[in-house]
Amino acid sequence: MKKRIPLIIIFCVGTLFVLAIFLPFPPFPAMEGEVSVWFDILKGFAFVLGGGNLIRVTADKIRKGHPDRFYLWVTLVGFFGMLGVGLLQLGGPIASGGDFTTEGLWFRRIYDGIFAPCMAAIFSTLAFFVSSAAYRAFRAKNREATVLLVAAFVILLGRTPLGNSLTAWLPDFLSFLKIPWLFEKILMYPNTAGQRAILIGIALGIISNSLRLILGVERSYLGGERS
Amino acid sequence: MNILKNLLFQLDRRIIYVAIALAVTIPLVFHFAVPLNPSPIVQSLFDAIEALPPESKVILSFDYGPSTLPENDPMAFAFARHLLTRNHRIYMMALWATGERNLDYTIEQVIEKEFPGKVYGVDYVKLGYKAGDEGLINTLFKNFKGMYTTDGHGTNINDIPMMKEITTLEDFDMILNVGSGRPGTKEWIQYAGDRGNIPIGGAVTAVEALLLYPYYPRQLKGLLGGLQGAAEYETALISKYPQFGITGRQAQVYMGPQAVAHCVILLLVILGNVSYFVGKRRK
Repeated sequence: MKKRIPLIIIFCVGTLFVLAIFLPFPPFPAMEGEVSVWFDILKGFAFVLGGGNLIRVTADKIRKGHPDRFYLWVTLVGFFGMLGVGLLQLGGPIASGGDFTTEGLWFRRIYDGIFAPCMAAIFSTLAFFVSSAAYRAFRAKNREATVLLVAAFVILLGRTPLGNSLTAWLPDFLSFLKIPWLFEKILMYPNTAGQRAILIGIALGIISNSLRLILGVERSYLGGERS
Repeated sequence: MNILKNLLFQLDRRIIYVAIALAVTIPLVFHFAVPLNPSPIVQSLFDAIEALPPESKVILSFDYGPSTLPENDPMAFAFARHLLTRNHRIYMMALWATGERNLDYTIEQVIEKEFPGKVYGVDYVKLGYKAGDEGLINTLFKNFKGMYTTDGHGTNINDIPMMKEITTLEDFDMILNVGSGRPGTKEWIQYAGDRGNIPIGGAVTAVEALLLYPYYPRQLKGLLGGLQGAAEYETALISKYPQFGITGRQAQVYMGPQAVAHCVILLLVILGNVSYFVGKRRK
C-alpha cells in the first residue's frame, strides 16, 4: 500500500500532463495552466528543503569535527546572516514591497560588497587554470587529439582580431582558408551536428525515463528496488 | 641555453599566471578597445530587432549571476539601448535569483542615465525574479499575471499601464534572453518560442553559445556568443546609431584583455606542443 498509492498518483498526474499538452479542448488547456502554477508554488518550497538540507549536512560535519569546520561555520553564518538580513529587510524602508535590491538595504550592500565580488573573483581564477592547462594538456598526442587541437586553435584564433588579420590577405578563391570562415563553419556544421545528436539523445532518454516513471517500471525514487 | 630549456620543457606555472595577469591588466588599464565586424548570427538578431514595429513588447530576461557580469552586462546594456532607441517597451524579468540585481544595474546604468525621458511603467517595467525555472516560463505562457501579481517594487500589476494588454506570453513580440546557463535561452526556446511562435534572441557566454547553434536560424533569431558577440552587436548598434559611439563600447573595451589573453593561451599551446615533440624526438 505504501508504494501503490504513490504509483497511482504518478500514473494519474503523468498521464494527465501528457494529455493536457496534446488535447486542445476544455478542460485540458486550463488545467495545464493551473497545474503549472501549483508546480511553481511547490518549487518555491524546494528552497526551504534545500536550505534545511544545507544546514543539516553542514551542522553534522561540524559536530563530527570535520577538518574544514572553519569554512563550514562560514557557510552557516553566511546562510543565516543573509536570511536574517533579507527577512527583516534591515536598513531599508519598512514597506519595500519585498524588493531586496532597494537602495540602502543591508541585503543589497552585502550582495554588492561581498557576494558579487567573491563570485566574480572565483570565476576569474579560471583564466589562470585554463591557460596553465592549455600549456600542459592540449597536445597532439594522437589523431583524435590533433583534430581537437586544430579545431580549438581555429576557434580561439577566430575569437580574436588577430585571427581576422592573419588571413585577411588571402585572395577570394582561397576564402575557405580564412580563419573567420573556418571559425563559422566549424561552429555551424560539426558543432551543430554533434550538439543535435546529443540533444536528440537526451530527449529520447527523458521520454523513455518518463514513460518508465508513469508506468511504474522505474521505482527507485520510492527508495526501494527497481522491478 | 638553460633558460631556454627551462622555458621549453618546464615552464613554471607561476610564469604562466603572471603572463595572463599582465595580458589582462595592461589592455584594461590602457582601454585597448577592439571593434569587430558583426558576424551573420549577430547581425541577424540586430536586424530582427530593427524589423519590429515601434512600441513592440519585448521581454528582456536576465538569467545570469555576478560571475559572468563582464560578458553578460554589455549584452544587456546593448539590448536596452537598442530597444529604447527604437521606442519598444521592455519587460525586464529574471529566471535566476541573481539576475534581479543585474536587471537593476541595467536600469541604473543605461536607462536612467541615457534615456531620462523614458517613463517607468510606460516604456519599461521591472518584473523581477520568480522561482520556477522553465516551469515559470510554462506558467507565464498560459497565465502571465497569475505569476506576476506585482512588479518588482510591489506595485499591483494591473496599475502598470504597459501591463494592461498582457495576459500570456503570446502577447509579446519578442523575447530576449541574456544568460549564462540553465534556465536560459534553450528553455525560452523550448517552453515559449516554439509553442507560441514567439521570436527568441539569445545573448550568452562563449561556453554556452556552442550549445545553442542547433537552434539557429529557425528557432533562434540570432545569438550573441560571449564577449565577442557583444562587441559585434555594439559595432552594429554604433554604426546605425552613432550617438552610442562613446557610451556603448563596454564589450569592445573588455575585448582588448580577452584578445590578448587568447593570444597568450595560443602561444602556450604552441609552446606546449613544441616541447612535447622535441621531448619525444629526444627519447
